[in-house]
Amino acid sequence: MIPPPLAALTSLHDTGADWPSLDVVWRVLTLQDYNTRLVVMSTMILGLASGLVGCFLLLRKRSLMGDALSHATLPGIGLAFIVMASMGGTGKHLVGLLVGATVTGVIGVIMVLVVRNTSRIKDDAAMGIVLSVFFGLGMVVLSMVLSMPSGHAAGLESFIYGKTASMIMQDFLLLSGVAAIALLCSLLLLKEFTLLCFDEGFGRSQGWPIHGLDIILLGLVALVTVVGLQAVGLILIIAFLITPAAAARFWTNDLRNMLILSALIGGVSGWCGASISALLPRLPAGAVIVLVAAAFFVFSLFFGKTRGVVRTRLAMYRLKRKVGRQHLLRAVYEIQEAACAETGKPPANIAIPFRDLLLHRSWSPAHVRQDLRRAKNEDHIDQFDGQSLRLSESGFGEAARITRNHRLWEIFLITHADIAASHVDRDADSVEHVLSPDMVRELEQRLDLDSIPESPHYISPQKDRPHDMVR
Amino acid sequence: MTWFVDDTWIVIIGALTAIACALPGCFLVLRQMSMMGDAISHAVLPGLAIAFLVTGERASFTMFIGAAVVGVLTAVFTQWISSLGKVDRGASMGIVFTTLFALGLLLIVQAADHVDLDPGCVLYGAIEMTTLDVAWEFQLGETWIEVPRAAMVLGSVALFNLIIVVAFFKELKISAFDPELATTQGINANFMHYLLMTQVAVTTVAAFEVVGSIIVIAMLVTPAATAHLLTDRLGLMLLLSAIIGALAAGLGHLLAIVIPPLIGFDGTTTSGMMAVTTGLLFVLAWLFAPRYGWISRLVSRKDVKSPFSGPLPSD
Repeated sequence: MIPPPLAALTSLHDTGADWPSLDVVWRVLTLQDYNTRLVVMSTMILGLASGLVGCFLLLRKRSLMGDALSHATLPGIGLAFIVMASMGGTGKHLVGLLVGATVTGVIGVIMVLVVRNTSRIKDDAAMGIVLSVFFGLGMVVLSMVLSMPSGHAAGLESFIYGKTASMIMQDFLLLSGVAAIALLCSLLLLKEFTLLCFDEGFGRSQGWPIHGLDIILLGLVALVTVVGLQAVGLILIIAFLITPAAAARFWTNDLRNMLILSALIGGVSGWCGASISALLPRLPAGAVIVLVAAAFFVFSLFFGKTRGVVRTRLAMYRLKRKVGRQHLLRAVYEIQEAACAETGKPPANIAIPFRDLLLHRSWSPAHVRQDLRRAKNEDHIDQFDGQSLRLSESGFGEAARITRNHRLWEIFLITHADIAASHVDRDADSVEHVLSPDMVRELEQRLDLDSIPESPHYISPQKDRPHDMVR
Repeated sequence: MTWFVDDTWIVIIGALTAIACALPGCFLVLRQMSMMGDAISHAVLPGLAIAFLVTGERASFTMFIGAAVVGVLTAVFTQWISSLGKVDRGASMGIVFTTLFALGLLLIVQAADHVDLDPGCVLYGAIEMTTLDVAWEFQLGETWIEVPRAAMVLGSVALFNLIIVVAFFKELKISAFDPELATTQGINANFMHYLLMTQVAVTTVAAFEVVGSIIVIAMLVTPAATAHLLTDRLGLMLLLSAIIGALAAGLGHLLAIVIPPLIGFDGTTTSGMMAVTTGLLFVLAWLFAPRYGWISRLVSRKDVKSPFSGPLPSD
């Protein structure tokens, strides 16, 4: 006999044994079976619609509203059943149940907003309270209904986990209808929703009915959530609303592109997930779809074109290098300038000791050496033997240019922008792009020079640094 | 209505759960991280499933550890995603917990042939069943007292939370109200954050068997938020939230017995009713709390016009 732990593990291996044949794979991928076709199309459409609506939720920083809403639908299902059953029906009319779910879901969301606006309780706690208390109420109602002797109520729990694999034509039509409404609203109200997401206050000041728009948006979310309930269940539908939108956000800064991409990611996740689940029947479709969407998210998180981690890290690294180069060249130039001024000569490209460079700013020797190595590769440093260094011809020109731009920028900030002298040491290389040529000329005139101005706020070398740190 | 010994035990277990939850719950509410409780409680599913697949038995200590570890991982992943990808914290929480929940569902279905570990028992819990599992019995006078295992477990978790809150009271307090100040005072804000997350994870895991993973959010957040409406003092808030939680547990069970027959049904779940009761108590505080209640604020807003009125109500 196999001991229980091994038995559980062997059951895992069992699933590996019944891989589908190529023929079956082909049938599923080409949607030849009626049932598979229905399920795959339904989840795809659900993914599209929720991806679309989820974008607005994400941008409005209300992603978890879907969470509160979906949990709050549970009592509505039970109550709708009781009402319909007491009116003499079977109580399991789908549209009736969904209307009940929508009603309590929307009441839940409104409760969150009311509690937040009328008490010291914040968003997060209000959502936590609503979702758990409503869910508790739902459990109370459902368990009362399920204990009814007639036994008609069996199957209501499917709303909690969904019953993806057993969807019927009616579900498909309902999903398509809701998706069409979501698409239509997003298209017609694109401008208004954009306003709502990005600048609510401005919208209000322009006389837009912000509250009305908010309610329309929440209504859309409620619709998608409720029809999604029986497809994937009330917990996984939250992922449908959040994950595709969050994944799409990494690729673009344009709302329209984001909407398209998010809908695509949602749709493709639905299609892939449902197909995989059709091929390996032991895998529940809802869970597989969510995992596929999560895979999209992780990929986007790292490789997204505009906000992906790889790209932002690379940009940060490049910026660091650029700033390091500018600081190094400026420091070298300023040391040369000071040395030449002592002998009464104009600044010239003379060799300076490495130690002076270290003292000029709070740099660690390793940091400076690294910057120097890079500068040498860029041909800005002529010679560096560990003790002294000299700029190359082009390096000296670049250093002079950078120093001039930095100082012009600083003078501009101090004289024209009324900024404290201690705050002006920013990236200044853009001075010629930011300031008009007139302004640059005026600054130069004001300083009465056509060469490089003196630094308006001299950075004193760190005399107090212990010398043994400097090799 | 008849009241059995089991009913007393159910109330005691419910009260212990509420007390264990209320202590970390107060800090969640104050730090505006209530939804972290939601995320963690949903996400423990794969931890339970993996621990089960490894050990092959239910209700083992391994399962407890596995779930708690995944609970803490939820907090870690959420932090990573929101700081790495600059994603809104709510969204990254949602992504992490739904993904983990999906993973857990997948694993549980795989193991379903051999276990009665269905997702239902994770979502609902079974407080009515907990009294059947007796861990320890002793004689008190004439009667034998049978202490259910759940009471022992939740009692220890409540004690664990109490010890942590007492031992780190100052640190938890400062880092809840002013994380920057906490850092300047040499308190490791990160450590306090993850300590709290560990507490939440352990509590959630201990409580899910009793009240289910969603009702546990009601236990974590609602009594704490109710107490937050009643007082400005942290110590008092902790005490009040524990009392409110325990009260809700008792009342909840009572209502679960009393109400269904009144409207013609057989019975209902105690844990659901406990959540509803916490909600009712919250609504009472929301409306009638002496200082921060809605009605008293409406009244005091009128007073503001008088030059002799007290301080402005905070918004």
